[in-house]
Amino acid sequence: MSIFDLTIAEAGKKLAAKEISAVELTTAYNDAVAALNPRLNAYITVTPELALTQAKAADARIAAGQAGPLTGIPLAMKDLFCTEGVRTTAASKILEPFIPPYESTVSAQLLAAGAVILGKANLDEFAMGSSNITSGYGPVENPWKRNGSDAKLVPGGSSGGSAAAVSARLALGATGTDTGGSIRQPAAFTGLAGIKPTYGRCSRYGIVAFASSLDQAGPMARNVEDCAILLNAMAGFDAKDSTSAERAVPDFTKALTKGVKGLRIGIPAEYRLEGTNPEILALWDKGIEWLQAQGAEIVEISLPHTKYGLAVYYIVAPAEASSNLARYDGVRFGARVDGVDLIDMYERTRAAGFGPEVKRRIMIGTYVLSHGYYDAYYLKAQKVRNLILRDFTNAFDKVDAILTPTAPSAAFGLGEKMDDPVTMYLNDVFTVPASLAGVPAMSVPAGLNAEGLPLGLQVIGKHFDEETVFAVSAAIERAAGFSALPDVRAK
Amino acid sequence: MSLDAATVRRIAKLARIRVDDAEVETLRTELNAILGYVEQLGEVDVEGVEPLSGGAQMALRQRADVVTDGEIAEKILANAPDRNENFFAVPKVVE
Repeated sequence: MSIFDLTIAEAGKKLAAKEISAVELTTAYNDAVAALNPRLNAYITVTPELALTQAKAADARIAAGQAGPLTGIPLAMKDLFCTEGVRTTAASKILEPFIPPYESTVSAQLLAAGAVILGKANLDEFAMGSSNITSGYGPVENPWKRNGSDAKLVPGGSSGGSAAAVSARLALGATGTDTGGSIRQPAAFTGLAGIKPTYGRCSRYGIVAFASSLDQAGPMARNVEDCAILLNAMAGFDAKDSTSAERAVPDFTKALTKGVKGLRIGIPAEYRLEGTNPEILALWDKGIEWLQAQGAEIVEISLPHTKYGLAVYYIVAPAEASSNLARYDGVRFGARVDGVDLIDMYERTRAAGFGPEVKRRIMIGTYVLSHGYYDAYYLKAQKVRNLILRDFTNAFDKVDAILTPTAPSAAFGLGEKMDDPVTMYLNDVFTVPASLAGVPAMSVPAGLNAEGLPLGLQVIGKHFDEETVFAVSAAIERAAGFSALPDVRAK
Repeated sequence: MSLDAATVRRIAKLARIRVDDAEVETLRTELNAILGYVEQLGEVDVEGVEPLSGGAQMALRQRADVVTDGEIAEKILANAPDRNENFFAVPKVVE
């Protein structure tokens, strides 16, 4: 058994029992990153020396008997979380020189728990994308391959670097952020578990903003238990985020063994989209059988506004992005391109600093918020968003959780789905509704397709009921017995 | 609803993004594809439905109106592309 086969829970036990040291574990991961990152491009910035310093501190803490479950655990930090003294780019050229003078709350909480940060994980630029190809620092290669093919596949996005790093064993776990599916879809594409908690559960303070009413941080890891351990440390009230929930954080690991006996699981008819890959539908049916076999009651439900989710999302998210990204003007931080006057400087700075997808979204957002179009687009979208929330509220009168596929396909090839922006957007069709409603949702690896690529199932829960999401996800995980490994990985 | 080249230029101006003439046509096609897709919201009846602006199912908190930090000019200016003493420096605005 290699050191890379350990999960967070297992490594934590070995560290506590002093069978391995944090320095040993971190050194192994630093070496793996050095060997494989040049190929996978999962990290934009690596911080091996800082990681080693943190590992030494973790060993001292373990020796002093003050260790927690994350002390000495090497993680990847999505490069959207501001890290004091460590460059934070959001995968954008406009932030290439940016070194934050402060720490995001989520990363600060992980550091306080004794975690070791190996580096800053790649992502789609400003988290806008579903395949990590919009990164200003190059695409990420998915460590998984189709059977008998060496073609490069995308890891999903936007948390594609986090997904590739954990999947290829270049980190034991990672932070992600999810605005419309950016944790769940890459987790599904790389055979990982990943949860977007309830909006407000994790502080947004220090996370580079994309669409503030949707952005939510969450963990990605090799199994459901590791996600629960990570979320325990990441979640919690923070006065620095005005939408942070003033609620106690339960111990999510306690929910893992609750089982699903007597739980009512909703199956939404509207997710059975015409033309959906039959393999995805077959896996969904299997998931239903697994939960039924473990004592859950299956209930047919309706989420009638599901089909409008993407259209709402592609108005609301760009509108908020156009406002949030107005701050990148070349004046206070980030890159600047000189111009003949102030306006010219703004325009040249933003033209050079933003990639094509970010520009498109800023422009869509600017348009739907502009005079004469606000009511027709933005206000209308906000109203339909309320109907989508109402769909979930009505469904949760009848059921405890909802089961759906995570994504409409397995990982696709680099360069595919590039015909027009809308084709790429369709990746998020199953994940966007939960984001719009603010409810928690998790992707669990549930099987492989005929080509040997991982597929995920999504469990959606009630607001602040991550515990049921964990209980159902753990039940699926136990039944699925997913143990496949990617071709490219540290061994 | 279809955007023309002049509207694309106007949006770019509002968004403070410089676009070359060559980019306008590509952007026009792409933005129209997105706007074409979201047109489907027109068929949804939203009569009497309140707009939902946020993901948080809660009232926003207020904090005490007191100073909680300060005296960190160096930190704030550390990332400035150009500075002059304790000021951000920009091209001349007033002639």
